[in-house]
Amino acid sequence: MTDNADRPNQPLQTAGATPAGAAPVMEFESYRAPRNQWWDVWDQFKTHKGALFGLGFFVFAILFVTIGPLVWTIDPQQPFAGPRNADPSWAHPMGTDQLGRDTMARMMAGGQISIAVGMVAMLLALFLGTLIGVVAGYFKKLDGPLMRLTDLFLAMPLLPLLLVIIMLFRDQLRAAFGPEGGIFILIVIVIGATSWMQTARVVRGDVLAIKEREFVLAARSIGTPSHRMITRHLLPNVMSPIMVSATLGIANAIITESALSFLGLGFPSDFPTWGKLLFDATDFLQQHPERVIWPGMMISLTVLAVNYIGDGLRDALDPRIRGR
Amino acid sequence: MFDTSNAKKLVEVRDLKMHFPIRSGLLRRVTGAVKAVDGVSFDIFEGETLGLVGESGCGKSTCGRAVLRLYEPTGGSIKLDGEEIAHAPFDKLRRLRPKMQMVFQDPQASLNPRMTVAGIIGEPLSEHSDMTAQARLDRIYELMDAVGLNRDFANRYPHEFSGGQRQRIGIARALALNPKFIVCDEPIAALDVSIQAQVVNLLEDLQGKLGLTYLFISHDLSMVRHIADRVAVMYLGKVAELAPRDGLYDEPLHPYTQALLSAVPEPDPTLHDEANRIILQGDVPSPANPPEGCNFCTRCPKVMDICRRIDPEFREVKPGRFVACHLYAEDTNQTAANAAEPIGA
Repeated sequence: MTDNADRPNQPLQTAGATPAGAAPVMEFESYRAPRNQWWDVWDQFKTHKGALFGLGFFVFAILFVTIGPLVWTIDPQQPFAGPRNADPSWAHPMGTDQLGRDTMARMMAGGQISIAVGMVAMLLALFLGTLIGVVAGYFKKLDGPLMRLTDLFLAMPLLPLLLVIIMLFRDQLRAAFGPEGGIFILIVIVIGATSWMQTARVVRGDVLAIKEREFVLAARSIGTPSHRMITRHLLPNVMSPIMVSATLGIANAIITESALSFLGLGFPSDFPTWGKLLFDATDFLQQHPERVIWPGMMISLTVLAVNYIGDGLRDALDPRIRGR
Repeated sequence: MFDTSNAKKLVEVRDLKMHFPIRSGLLRRVTGAVKAVDGVSFDIFEGETLGLVGESGCGKSTCGRAVLRLYEPTGGSIKLDGEEIAHAPFDKLRRLRPKMQMVFQDPQASLNPRMTVAGIIGEPLSEHSDMTAQARLDRIYELMDAVGLNRDFANRYPHEFSGGQRQRIGIARALALNPKFIVCDEPIAALDVSIQAQVVNLLEDLQGKLGLTYLFISHDLSMVRHIADRVAVMYLGKVAELAPRDGLYDEPLHPYTQALLSAVPEPDPTLHDEANRIILQGDVPSPANPPEGCNFCTRCPKVMDICRRIDPEFREVKPGRFVACHLYAEDTNQTAANAAEPIGA
């Protein structure tokens, strides 16, 4: 095998130390103990250049929005922190907006929210979609009801639904978790609960196919109960479509959040997110195009980075592709 | 030759039925059933190999899977070591699983492509024992030695192996829990001839060492002749004939067995030309709509009147030889007369 060379040398054991019954041929051969599979996954991931660049940029983006505000201590909400509508300069590397707020500080603060919303909403959508897809595919009795539920969600008009949800729950959540926290929870749940359907359909289809494969029958002949059948045999084999949904989901969530903010249904108007910054800057597109470019670039690059990471991870998780 | 006179019955199958419903129409109502296995009875003695042969689609694999209760049987009883399997609840069945295992036909499809060899062989161990990781690994290595796999392969994935090696992994998995009874569902059908011999010899060696009992399902008559002690011939969901190997191959009783054996290719060209082959006419009837009377009556060269009316009883005509055919009824004419009466009246 080609991937043997770069494996760390485990302590070599000889067959002499093994229980009786070892074939005599084994006596001069050595063998390695099974090593943790995640090392193989990492070895393969490293060979995917795009995925490494993606991972690098994603780490950079995370550091930019988390460590950044500790270094760049200007308050993003503070008006007249500098001259209004300033061009990029050393005092304000990304310029200032029409109220004189520092754009770089706002990018950092907005990035925290955008990345958090994207990740959490994606995880929620992925969890719901995978759960419903696996249950519908594996348990025949639940297939009909769950898939009709999925159809129902797909058929629902999204914007009126969001309007109603936000109107009904905004005040309670604000009271319970504070204005930003409440809206964050609301947005994440709203985005997560309205974007799981594609994942559910794809996962169900794959589960239906894998369920009929002989290795599932073999597991049944061993007496594997359903929950371990799902976690051990089905989920690892539907990893690829889940990964693809996950990477697309982050992008979708960031963009939906911007759309909601634009419609005034998301975070308060003075509260920065990347989507909000983008939409605020469109008014100044002629005079200050860089204000559109900053958030637009961060959104696209983050989405691209996540897509590449997902692509690399999907390849690395498939043992048939690994080692090529 | 295996001596059945004083051996213990390990598996007793009585009147096993496996019908798959046919649904049709707007409401998906059950409108019929595919009678894949329709009233099969046989015993398997401890330590023997029972060959199960028949053409494609006659219900061999379904029968093997139903015996391990991988399907829910429609009717009948299956006893392993005196314990009922056919209607056992899930917990009891799970407790019985270690005693009975299966080797599958397609070694590619029967191994999870995302698990390493160690994971695949270790799965039954982690399901049914509370071994430590190290003890499990030792057992996995022991099993890999037993089936002739290099221990270095433990980290690898199924797609990295040849067909014969994959089948060895499947056999090691089946052996992991020290089963008594193994259903081999055409374990050699997907392998090329030289590898077939290796795998069959491995199965025979393991039987000798571990005292295993096999139900060996195959359509390869010469391979069954090699490995089996007794042979059951299936046709359209029913056992046509069950006999010790030598008796069956030397002097087949059932007309279907005779036709099946005469279809085996003869390597000698002179003998081939002279061979008096029985060529069956027509196709196998649909198992959803089997003919009235004997299932074989539509193609049987020795068909009689009675065959089209009455299903022949599966009975012992000579010691150890069971046949379901009216030709061997003790009093064919009388049975025919008795049967004819109610129809006439």
